[in-house]
Amino acid sequence: MGKTFAEKILGKKAGKPVVPGEIVEVKPDIAMSHDNTAAISKTFKEIGVARIDDPDRHVIVLDHCVPAANDKFAQNHKDIRAFVQEQGIKHFYDINRGICHQVLPEEGFALPGYLMVGSDSHTTTYGAFGALATGIGRSEMAVIFATGKIWLRVPETMKIIVKGALPQGVSSKDVMLKIMGDLSADGGLYKSVWFTGPAIDAMSVASRMVLTNMAVEFGAKNGYMEPDAKTLAFLKDRARAPFEVVKSDADAEFESVVEFDVSDLEPMIACPHTVDNVKPIGAVKGTKVDQIFFGSCTNARIEDFEIVAGVLKGKKVHPSCRMIVIPASQPIFLEALAKGYIQILAEAGATIVNSGCGPCMGNHEGILAPGERVLSTSNRNFKGRFGCKDAEVYLSSPLIAAVSALTGEISDFRDLL
Amino acid sequence: MAIIKGRVWKYGDDVNTDVIFPGKYTYTVTDPQEMAKIAMEDLDSDFAKQVQPGDVVVGGKNFGCGSSREQAAFCLKYAGVGAVVARSFSRLYFRNCINAGLPALTLPESPDVFKAGETIEIDLSAGTIRCEAGVFKFPPLPEAVIGIFNDGGLIPHTRKILGTDR
Repeated sequence: MGKTFAEKILGKKAGKPVVPGEIVEVKPDIAMSHDNTAAISKTFKEIGVARIDDPDRHVIVLDHCVPAANDKFAQNHKDIRAFVQEQGIKHFYDINRGICHQVLPEEGFALPGYLMVGSDSHTTTYGAFGALATGIGRSEMAVIFATGKIWLRVPETMKIIVKGALPQGVSSKDVMLKIMGDLSADGGLYKSVWFTGPAIDAMSVASRMVLTNMAVEFGAKNGYMEPDAKTLAFLKDRARAPFEVVKSDADAEFESVVEFDVSDLEPMIACPHTVDNVKPIGAVKGTKVDQIFFGSCTNARIEDFEIVAGVLKGKKVHPSCRMIVIPASQPIFLEALAKGYIQILAEAGATIVNSGCGPCMGNHEGILAPGERVLSTSNRNFKGRFGCKDAEVYLSSPLIAAVSALTGEISDFRDLL
Repeated sequence: MAIIKGRVWKYGDDVNTDVIFPGKYTYTVTDPQEMAKIAMEDLDSDFAKQVQPGDVVVGGKNFGCGSSREQAAFCLKYAGVGAVVARSFSRLYFRNCINAGLPALTLPESPDVFKAGETIEIDLSAGTIRCEAGVFKFPPLPEAVIGIFNDGGLIPHTRKILGTDR
């Protein structure tokens, strides 16, 4: 019997063959933390170890509330900078770099065959590069600071085969929302989820990241894609270290295999207040929105800017709504500037904000008032997510967000063709 | 420690960490007493005001889905909650509960067999929950992590292993 990708990586790290259900103690290749490093560093000090185990395995990115929205966030950032200095952590990115899940791939830390953990649930994103990547808690990161190690359960594997060619204008976000809606919020609970098939092969690296980013939204431990020529082209000149591509054996055992055919897929919308409350756009078309949020670690990359700017070029955001635009990283911001996308969006009346998480977890830069509604390209629509429990969050692809910005209500691009 | 007795706070499926501990507080509210005061803020505004030591939070499937924020486990512990019982847990929430030393018990019959407000008794050693509907058995924690739980959570456990607790 062959081994799955997850069994191979965890087996290699544990130094023995492993089977699903087994719990192993392992040393991750990369451990990522962000603004929560301030709290983690305090817990680390409680453990009573003076120096962190291996500073070069840690990557710290300030992104969750940048620049600081108030003195508490500012103190948080100050404490992190002091900790980074004290512990000699080289891989530190301050408030001007972007969202961690975009920064680590851009900086060549997300590599095939790597075991990566992060004190953030969307750490699953790095699976698009063939890494086994999963979220952990703050205390667990503090213990990795102290010992380098963590326990992990060897997951069962769910194989999701995405067949067919996507219709024009339908994106990987729509595919992920379709999967979410069909399998539900616990459909991948504890599983290592392998996304494969012709529709995945046809996607860009950036589009693939949308699926692994949101894998956690249906409970998965990690999302994974086999690295191919596109992945390797992305990693060329970026990879920080030599790596080995790890794939599941042809005769590996999968707990389940699920197939989707996306040939006739429609644009999909996740409705309040759960990510699996997914409907085809026809069911919610015409719903008024007060704000459009084009940003987040899910959908704010350059291919998304190209689409959104293409829709808004020479047009105006509808006067009944606002549009907040946050590029996922500084290099994306610069490229969007160079290509004229930022100019187009600013002229259309959008509010352009520096790279970071923005309003996505309710901190700043686009918080909603009670009774307001946002259509967002991000990954979560839980109550309170945009800082107000009496507001509503809908999720969509960047294209749907862009056409909806023109009308002030959830709109289908196919009606405008 | 082995016996937990308290009232049931009953919720449904897919209770996410944003409603247990809102994202806007994750970098600004760190004091345990303050954390207890906002527990369940966006789900049940009565909870933090009325919860008593030993009370039990029960839910359906996928309890604690969403963010990795461990404050969603710690705030319940600081509020005095004796245990969380659910049909299933998100993996991050389950880990965070163990790391907080808060019992996270998986029971296929949850939450249907529980009545909101009834007093139930959990025997951690025997692996049983006694409520009005009967006595239900839950599976033990995995062998490999029971030590973390028994030491009161991940940080005390790590201090013990490293000998920094002495």
